[in-house]
Amino acid sequence: MKTIRLKHARIELALHELRAGDGRALLLLHGLGERSPREVPAYAAAWSGPVFAVDFTGHGESSLTSGGGYSAEVLMGDADCALRHLGRATLLGRGLGAYIALLIAGARPTLVRGAILCDGLGLAGGGAEAATPSLVYPNPHAVASPDPFALVELARDVRPPDYATAFWRQANELSGLERPIAVCCAERPDWLEAVLKESELRVTTVEDAVAEYARVA
Amino acid sequence: MNDSSLDSDERAAASYPGARLPDRRRTVKSFGVDLCVSEWGDERAPVIFCSHGGFDFTGTFDVFAPLLAAGGYRVVVWDQRGHGDSGHAPLYSWDADVRDLLTALDSTTREPAILLGHSKGGSISTYAIQAAPHRVRAFVNIDGMPSHRPPPDVADHERTKLLATELSGWLDHRRAAGDKVRRADTLGGLAERRARQNPRLSKAWLRYLVTRGARKDADGWRWKIDPVLRPGGFGPWRATWSMARLASLPVPLLGLLATESEPMGWETRASEVKPYLPRLASLPVPLLGLLATESEPMGWETRASEVKPYLPRRAEVVEMKGVGHFIHIEQPERTAKLVLDFLRNLA
Repeated sequence: MKTIRLKHARIELALHELRAGDGRALLLLHGLGERSPREVPAYAAAWSGPVFAVDFTGHGESSLTSGGGYSAEVLMGDADCALRHLGRATLLGRGLGAYIALLIAGARPTLVRGAILCDGLGLAGGGAEAATPSLVYPNPHAVASPDPFALVELARDVRPPDYATAFWRQANELSGLERPIAVCCAERPDWLEAVLKESELRVTTVEDAVAEYARVA
Repeated sequence: MNDSSLDSDERAAASYPGARLPDRRRTVKSFGVDLCVSEWGDERAPVIFCSHGGFDFTGTFDVFAPLLAAGGYRVVVWDQRGHGDSGHAPLYSWDADVRDLLTALDSTTREPAILLGHSKGGSISTYAIQAAPHRVRAFVNIDGMPSHRPPPDVADHERTKLLATELSGWLDHRRAAGDKVRRADTLGGLAERRARQNPRLSKAWLRYLVTRGARKDADGWRWKIDPVLRPGGFGPWRATWSMARLASLPVPLLGLLATESEPMGWETRASEVKPYLPRLASLPVPLLGLLATESEPMGWETRASEVKPYLPRRAEVVEMKGVGHFIHIEQPERTAKLVLDFLRNLA
């Protein structure tokens, strides 16, 4: 497995090439507290082109930062730095990575050729509305990746349904794709329920979604 | 600032009538990020703990803080991460700023303190008070009350275009931000740039602020603020959440609102705050509201007549005529007097 180092502001990201090949890449986005897989997972095996996976900031082999400050928007920037390297790509995100896949599909609608949203850790985030104001401090005994600040901050990252649907709308109106996202989740946090309702998308399987986007130009 | 690197003109800019450098300065670690904490006044005096606004710095308190200190207070101002003389951080967020605030406060006192915040500093202070009410005994909020900006009334396709521009602009900035440095300029050039957001400040005061918020490099003066920071026009936070919680503030509040319209203004209007104020009437403590009346790009535009019916019996509301969003920078003497009078009445 080859690993490419990318710069995102002051953060160094690890982009792993799980399978070399020609054509458009499939980019995997992991869940909260996870890291990129070392091999192409079985559910993505049918993808005929290259397969890459990026470790989010504070996860896997990407930079461990100090002092926290994580947000879904920063992680959207991580995914964007991978796209800067890969060009057009299809995304497959798990949990937190699924939410990030939706955000970047809306923010870079011509680069993202389909985003597949799957179950995984951190799908719900901190819910639809701000909770009672509180201060969170991470586990002081944690010593390695994932950054304990990432675990606490991204678990309470608020995800309003109308914010998520705004990104869906951007992807839908600007990507030129018939179905810019594919939902393969059993868990339906409010933001995802809102996207499903507005898009009138039907839930599909990961394998079908991978096959569908493999056919997209 | 090392004086030997300054020419005579620049040395002259580094002094301004009434401005005094902090009596003490220290560095506090907040989970690996260096925060610069400055103090004026007697170390044994009651603490007024101040938070500056977004893209601002401690030096903007150099006239205001000594005036408060002269009133018998230990005035503490901290530079937020990426701002002023604090360290540039890998990441920035609301949670991180609130944690940093509490870290700087912990390093100052464990007794309940008086909090004072301008603009974003007022907002993070409000949140910190709600998260840790036992640490605070009174609050002065200078034009940092929740702001309710409705989305622009445009057609759907136009909104899609606006958001696309905002998102790609932000991501393009993030892609390149690691190598960015702020543009070097002359001291006078930076003063002129700052004048755009502070149209009523004197040239001498603006030039002084440059000597505190900027540094002189070999190729010229540049603001110390982290070039990675960029004001964003999108995000999941909804102003209504902050607004609704305003009513829950458990400490005496002095709210100062500017009415001059300015480029960095929040433009909060009394009519927006009004629905959330009735519960203020149940506050068991005195409250003084200061309101400015000048319209500016950074202004919030709340009017006293709209707020008054919803304030507790012992509250006092003062409209500050001719003042913009940067109330304490623009009129430090008048603002300090209002704050000191408010605090005196608490005793």
